[in-house]
Amino acid sequence: MLGAYLPILVLVAIAVIFGLCSLVFSSLIGQKKPSVVKLAPYECGCEPVGSARERFSVKFYIIAMLFILFDIEAVFLYPWSVLFKRLGMFGVMEMGVFIVILFVGYIYVWKKGALEWE
Amino acid sequence: MGYEILGLPMAYYIAMVLKVLVVFVFVLLTVAYSTYAERKIIGHMQVRLGPMRTGWHGLLQPIADGVKLFFKEEIIPSKADKFAFLIAPLIALVPAFIGFAVIPFGETIEVGGYKIPLQIAAYYDTASGQVVDLNVGVLYILALASIGVYGIVLAGWSSNSKYSLLGGLRSSAQMISYELAAGLAIISVFMLSESLSLQKIVADQANGAWYAFKQPLAFILFFICSIAEINRTPFDLPEAETELVSGFCTEYSSMKYAMFFMAEYANMVTVCAVTTTLFLGGWHGPGFLPGWFWFVAKVYFLIFTCMWIRATYPRYRYDQLMRLGWKVFLPLTLINIVVTGIIVSL
Repeated sequence: MLGAYLPILVLVAIAVIFGLCSLVFSSLIGQKKPSVVKLAPYECGCEPVGSARERFSVKFYIIAMLFILFDIEAVFLYPWSVLFKRLGMFGVMEMGVFIVILFVGYIYVWKKGALEWE
Repeated sequence: MGYEILGLPMAYYIAMVLKVLVVFVFVLLTVAYSTYAERKIIGHMQVRLGPMRTGWHGLLQPIADGVKLFFKEEIIPSKADKFAFLIAPLIALVPAFIGFAVIPFGETIEVGGYKIPLQIAAYYDTASGQVVDLNVGVLYILALASIGVYGIVLAGWSSNSKYSLLGGLRSSAQMISYELAAGLAIISVFMLSESLSLQKIVADQANGAWYAFKQPLAFILFFICSIAEINRTPFDLPEAETELVSGFCTEYSSMKYAMFFMAEYANMVTVCAVTTTLFLGGWHGPGFLPGWFWFVAKVYFLIFTCMWIRATYPRYRYDQLMRLGWKVFLPLTLINIVVTGIIVSL
């Protein structure tokens, strides 16, 4: 198995070196004339108002939680999909029950309005 | 040929380095010239000429852009979190460039008696007489897609600018939503192939038995979700110029900006290559030309399709985008899995 993973490491090394070189060389070559105004956060040319570290909509958190729930479902589905022909009708029924239970939760989330963005 | 390191022959190492270099240069050149192709194609679709000044019909434009960005001033905002700000472009760039490692781009070739499968993460095992590749190739690609999100979230947060933060948040919510739908859409392919190894999936599609014909819904869903996941028009909400200036990369300049740009195009190349491998028969073609030619032709056609879509459709609104992902694509992928399961097992 080493033979299949080693090339990935080499490719990662090349990609990282390429990225680091771009960062370092552009920082060395580029001109530098910093000023207070230039280094301020961009806000359409006006003086920045307040901080950017503020609270944001709870919807993003809900999406993140739902993503984890459904992603775990997907993780269960991958090994099942590979073995599913060998499991036969029993496997299909099992997964059917699993997906139905998840679908009930999905409908609940929908009815509660967690998927609304208006 | 006699020498062995870690139980692998010398020829393996030579072939590996050559394959890695060829693929890396191929991705880099494709990324550079797809920026040019995009400007040209969209230009002509809008009855403009696109870049014309640098070289014949603007052919040197990507090089001119690259050199210009190298010499640009590097700006690190005074309020930014410096370490995260510097590392974010790297985190976005590296996964975009290494996704190609598991994609088979041609048939197994033989050089001097040593068989070389045209896939980076694979080798020919003389003991068993088989091509051994990464048996979880698809999971590797999905994992890299998830890592790419970190780069964008970090860029948005560390810039300490409101536009960047909003762009980063939107982007992460969009990417994880569509990653889910894309990940579920391809499950129906594995139900037919019974493997996560891309060599096996390509081998199953020989003689025109493409999974795009057997799983048309999964093909369309996966391609649309992938376009949304890599933040391309009509789903380029994170960079919606009209409302967010430039989204998560508002505060970036010089090569760091270019790295996000390259990551986006490299992701597009990778996604098109994955779609080709999973649904369009990989490197299989009519046979009178080598496999890699058909692979590259299919990938370039899909890249052209991405640009065509960009020239055709207006941008989605954020609520429409999330509705499409969660209320349309997610149930459709689940239904597709159940229907495939019932049909195959009957």
